[in-house]
Amino acid sequence: MMTAAFFVFAHPFLESAFAAGTAIALASGLVGSLVVLRGQVFAGDALSHVAFTGALAALAFGVDLRLGLYGGCVVFALLLAVLGRRSGADDTVIGSVFAWVLGLGALFLSLFTASASGTGGDGTAGVSVLFGSILGLTGGQALADSVVAFVVVACLVAIGRPLLFASLDPAVAAARGVPVRALSTGFFVLLGLTAGVATQAVGALLLLGLLAAPAGAAQRFTARPYRALWLSGAIAVGSMWVGLTLAYLFPVVPPSFGILGVATTVYLGTFAWSALTRHRDQEDAAVPAVGAVTGATGVNGAG
Amino acid sequence: MSVAGASALVGPVWNPVDDLRRMLALHFMVNAFRAGTIVAVLAAVVGWLMVLRRQSFAGHTLAVVSFPGAAAAIWLGVSATAGYFAGSIAAALVIALVPRSATGRPRSQESAVIGTVQAFALACGALFVSLYGGFLDGITGLLFGSFLGVSDGQVIALGAVALVVFCVLAAIGRPLLFTTVDADVAAARGVPVRALSVLFLVVLGCTAAEVSQVTGALLVFALLVMPAAAAQQVTARPVAGLVLAVVFGLVVVWTSLSVAFWSPWPVGFWVSTFGFALYVGAAGGRAALAHRRRTGVVGPTRVAQGRGTGPALAGGAVGT
Repeated sequence: MMTAAFFVFAHPFLESAFAAGTAIALASGLVGSLVVLRGQVFAGDALSHVAFTGALAALAFGVDLRLGLYGGCVVFALLLAVLGRRSGADDTVIGSVFAWVLGLGALFLSLFTASASGTGGDGTAGVSVLFGSILGLTGGQALADSVVAFVVVACLVAIGRPLLFASLDPAVAAARGVPVRALSTGFFVLLGLTAGVATQAVGALLLLGLLAAPAGAAQRFTARPYRALWLSGAIAVGSMWVGLTLAYLFPVVPPSFGILGVATTVYLGTFAWSALTRHRDQEDAAVPAVGAVTGATGVNGAG
Repeated sequence: MSVAGASALVGPVWNPVDDLRRMLALHFMVNAFRAGTIVAVLAAVVGWLMVLRRQSFAGHTLAVVSFPGAAAAIWLGVSATAGYFAGSIAAALVIALVPRSATGRPRSQESAVIGTVQAFALACGALFVSLYGGFLDGITGLLFGSFLGVSDGQVIALGAVALVVFCVLAAIGRPLLFTTVDADVAAARGVPVRALSVLFLVVLGCTAAEVSQVTGALLVFALLVMPAAAAQQVTARPVAGLVLAVVFGLVVVWTSLSVAFWSPWPVGFWVSTFGFALYVGAAGGRAALAHRRRTGVVGPTRVAQGRGTGPALAGGAVGT
């Protein structure tokens, strides 16, 4: 493993992958923590599929892929924010909309494949959008991705406290003068940007794992929202590093599988850990719930 | 797709009987219609229950998970059909294992687990594809469907599994509706709520695997959610809703198969587009109706305006 760590920086493509991957994983871990806390995992799922359609629409019309990617994700995120504001919108509405968007993606894929068949292109572009191609990032792309990811992290840190407050108890937050609606819309935009940037690393289909698994694991370790937020970011970055190293050591392992495999293993580990510790303090079962309440009131007091 | 392209060279003659005869003269189109019919009926019924139970996310995940199952089956040299079912049923059992009330926020924890299962399963699919080597065209077929390559054996397998699922549903239908509408009262009455919910997840997994063999793993939602959601916009009564969902599903499948046959665009696009149009039409029609009633008579409109499913179903199910 140590020698592998030295090899990593011998290849420029690995350097780009590690640099961009770290920034993307940090953004996904932090945003994902809030996604899980706010119960919006399904919205993240929908966005990840929209990322696919956006990217392929850009390819089909011959525009830069990232224009379609970010454009599609941010527009759909705003749509979700509007739909979510009308109380009627639930999983069914989101599901119907994104299934249709995905159907459009299938159309763009076939249009692109048909138009590119003369120039030797095939289904590869679609597959790399779906499953990611972090090892294929150029230095310039890695830099752009890192900048976007760090902007997301910076925005999230800036609105972190009121956002946590609004997520845990929207009614009290609104009564205290926190702009709950604006925060919700802003968060959806950040989620859209994260989906766009993470699509380039782990692919449209897998970015949901980078959002959900580290966040779910962190929330099983601690009930305090702030600690869970940073722990989630740390788990995501760790999964990225270990996963990339695994993919480098074993060429048959796709990098996306390595990254998600590590994240899933950590999540699985938290279940085993709580199963082991549960019988030790069976009667303290109420303690985590109390911790959650004090964590919430701590934020309330500061908000 | 190439066959559809060849037929587009000739083009439709816009005589319904003639066009239909030319389409059904091709054996693969007959099989596509058979498979599509089986799948549409099954997906409409199970999807109606899924929408009522608000398990759309789980349904989507089970559908997506059939992709790594099929990829693994192809890698191992087993039949892809078996792989679809193995993947979906295994994922259904994993999701069912999640402790529902272990933490203070069971809902968010549950959805985190479902999301992780989905992404990890897709990552496994990518791994299997990489292990198998090549096979890039196959990926898009598995993900976005290949209506036009359904074999006789597949039709029989689809029909057999659909029959089993319908038998199970007929057996557990009433208590399942009861637990869906009011889990607490059902549990107090001695209905095995947990066992029913696990069983329904397995049923959902089987259905998702069936549908994904026709529409592809990513577009299962188009047949699972949209007809059911459209039907629930129109009526809140269980029997009428189920029948309507089946009719919607059949209309969507038959129309999109026919259109896809004469057009160069993929069938998955047509299925999701017609399904979505139906859903938007139903929702829009309901909104327009509610608006007219609100401006007109202000009497018995409450039922039509609220979500409405609860009371009507409770009346049907509690009278056991």
